[in-house]
Amino acid sequence: MADTAKPGSAAGVHDDANRRDFLFLLTGAAGAIGTASAVWPLISSMNPAADVLALSSTEVNLAPVQVGQAITVVWRGKPVFVRHRTPEEIASAEKVNLKDLPDPKPDSERVKKPEWLIVVGVCTHLGCVPLGQKLGDPRGDYGGWFCPCHGSHYDTSGRIRKGPAPANLAVPGYTFVTDTSIRIG
Amino acid sequence: MRAGIMTMGRTGAAALAILACLSIGAARAADEEPVPPHRHWSFSGMFGTYDRAALQRGFQVYKEVCAACHVMRFLYYRDLAALGFNDDEIKAIAAGYEVTDGPNDQGEMFKRPGRPSDRFVPPFANDNAARAANNGALPPDLSLITKAREHGADYVHALLTGYKDAPAGFTLPEGMNYNTYFPGHQIAMAPPLNEGAVTFADNTKASVDQMAHDVATFLTWAAEPEMEARKEMGIKVILFLVVLSGLLYAVKRKVWKGVH
Amino acid sequence: MSATPSLLDNKLVKWFDQRLPIVSTMHHAGMEYPTPKNLTYWWNFGSLAGFMLVVMMVTGIFLAMHYTPHVDYAFASVERIMRDVNYGWLIRYIHMNGGSMFFVVVYIHVFRGLYYGSYKSPREVLWWLGIVILLLMMATAFMGYVLPWGQMSFWGATVITNLFSAFPLVGNWIVTLLWGGFSVDNPTLNRFFSLHYLLPFVIAAVVFLHIWALHTTKSNNPLGIEANGPQDTIPFHPYYTVKDLYGIGVFLIFYSLFVFFAPNALGDAANYIPANPLQTPPHIVPEWYFLPYYAILRSIPNKLLGVLAMFGSILILFLLPWLDTSRVRSARFRPIYKLVFWVFVICCVALTWAGGKPPEGLALWVARIGTIYYFLHFLVFMPLIGWFERPLALPKSISAPVLAGGKA
Repeated sequence: MADTAKPGSAAGVHDDANRRDFLFLLTGAAGAIGTASAVWPLISSMNPAADVLALSSTEVNLAPVQVGQAITVVWRGKPVFVRHRTPEEIASAEKVNLKDLPDPKPDSERVKKPEWLIVVGVCTHLGCVPLGQKLGDPRGDYGGWFCPCHGSHYDTSGRIRKGPAPANLAVPGYTFVTDTSIRIG
Repeated sequence: MRAGIMTMGRTGAAALAILACLSIGAARAADEEPVPPHRHWSFSGMFGTYDRAALQRGFQVYKEVCAACHVMRFLYYRDLAALGFNDDEIKAIAAGYEVTDGPNDQGEMFKRPGRPSDRFVPPFANDNAARAANNGALPPDLSLITKAREHGADYVHALLTGYKDAPAGFTLPEGMNYNTYFPGHQIAMAPPLNEGAVTFADNTKASVDQMAHDVATFLTWAAEPEMEARKEMGIKVILFLVVLSGLLYAVKRKVWKGVH
Repeated sequence: MSATPSLLDNKLVKWFDQRLPIVSTMHHAGMEYPTPKNLTYWWNFGSLAGFMLVVMMVTGIFLAMHYTPHVDYAFASVERIMRDVNYGWLIRYIHMNGGSMFFVVVYIHVFRGLYYGSYKSPREVLWWLGIVILLLMMATAFMGYVLPWGQMSFWGATVITNLFSAFPLVGNWIVTLLWGGFSVDNPTLNRFFSLHYLLPFVIAAVVFLHIWALHTTKSNNPLGIEANGPQDTIPFHPYYTVKDLYGIGVFLIFYSLFVFFAPNALGDAANYIPANPLQTPPHIVPEWYFLPYYAILRSIPNKLLGVLAMFGSILILFLLPWLDTSRVRSARFRPIYKLVFWVFVICCVALTWAGGKPPEGLALWVARIGTIYYFLHFLVFMPLIGWFERPLALPKSISAPVLAGGKA
């Protein structure tokens, strides 16, 4: 009790209470910071690890893909649609009035070379893989892809035209390594 | 009187705890093999870090000498960024190796140049091939060697510099070599390092001792690539905890002030 | 502190609490709980053990997100955690050293109970539950050590599971059942992972019962006498919450020294060599916290008797409330028991030392004498001392000696 303020001095008692409250506050804050810093590594460990990040590019040889054909390759565990478009498909993708599109993007912004359309084959609604890669598949009302889960129709540029999906099929980052091969990612 | 007894009790308990720790340490070190001399390493101690130049030289020794027989299967070429190599240098190092990939569209395995995301390319296709090429002895994986051996880097250095002629009366089987620090002294590995076995880019003289020191540094990094980050974080964590405990002690004192 | 408005004054909380009294129960058990006011820092180790259980469960859950329980991938998946997973090395080193820290804390907690007679009536069930927790911890720690699938993992698993083969008739059947095959192999690793994940939740349940029993009989204290009334106790919060938090802070400094600066000091180098079923390491030892039992096992040349002695060394603790015949709890007032207690501590340290050595020469003799003394302590000294020892005069109440001391 020796370190407390003199009894009877109201100001002294007040100061002491203030000092105590400040100490409690400071300790509580330090404890909260410490706990948060301990939790962060746990959360962070759930993010992609170094080996997952290092593997995030895929090379694709386009040479065997004939006009009108499509192939599916795996990139980051997801299907990527590579379609060698016919002149008609290119024309129908380019002549669309942008005002008719739920997610307006010109075809020219979605391809590097008009004959090659490369999109992530994951429906932007809830993640199913749309049909339209194989010859017998339904391609929907717009000649692109049709998602069987909830009926989304994509056109020959992979743009959403009809159905519940909110956005166009995503275009992954890719570069042409040579005229007939690309690297995705 | 009571306080005296309690102090005695506490001192006794503390002494016993220390004794227990010591006895465990002694139990672990209770091998009859000669203890490798303790060396000073750049990474020793609480503040130790890896000497980047030694790491690069050590990697060169591994690449040009050890890698002929020893795999490091837990390392990727991309890990070499920690040694101070830039992206292009790492790509060049990786591209210097042939990686078996596949199967391709024809169902066949094929060779392609290595990429940074590839693991270190092993010298042998499998353990049996490695044994066949090494007189039946399997050269151990080196990715964890300093953690997998007592005395870590000290042991690696001592082993690499510990080759001697077998003492009189010691019968050495055909194809074996005498080494002071290898358990049992018979080691299948021939002395791997010779004076000037590699040419260092930074003109460091490639003595056996220097190469052993550098490669032991490199192998310690390979086994504990997190060490620098770990120690740096440890200093911060402990400083923080000392402050936090001090604050908690002050709070405890305040709260308990009226209790007798 | 009692003047601060309670959470229960809130209408919404009150509404909920009248339907499920979780808030008032927590308030009652975690804040109001009348605790003897004379507890020393030795009483911090119970809450520290609870803290360690939480640390182990949380880090373990995150490690399990990255670990693969398969003989071909287990070792590599642990290395991937160490090298590629964000902060994986930190989480694994906290978990790996956490096992040792958990045992440090629990052993101190047990020895505190032995010294102050915390097992004596009416706290027998509390004590039993503590032993059950210790046994579950041992099983969990053993199976956790197998998961990295290093050389010590594999050979530790082989040796410990083979202990059960000592039992006549059913021994080999039990071992095959444990293995799920004819040697320690993939089925063994799979089930050990499953059980290693399960048992901590069982431990948590028994800890709940342990605390329930504690709050029923109330805490023992350094004087070993019951609290006579409110003048002897203080509410758990804020007095012991703050004191326990301070204890956790200091303990974390000790823990951090291992995690950040000597993460492998308590482990065995051989566990960084992948498991090889064709080659036993030259010197296999269990983790330090199993060394005393290992010493007892090896001190007896007969296989079955060795195994029985090893299990008996822990099971005997269940009988302790009746083996100790003294009417006085705390060793403070038991001059002879106090001495014998410290000899017993030395005996345990000596067994730990002997367990880490090859079973030959001095170490074997220390193990043998230690084993004999260990059982003598419980079976002979505890009953005899309680019978002939003359305890010192007990204080009238927890408050009394302090007041008397203050006045003098």
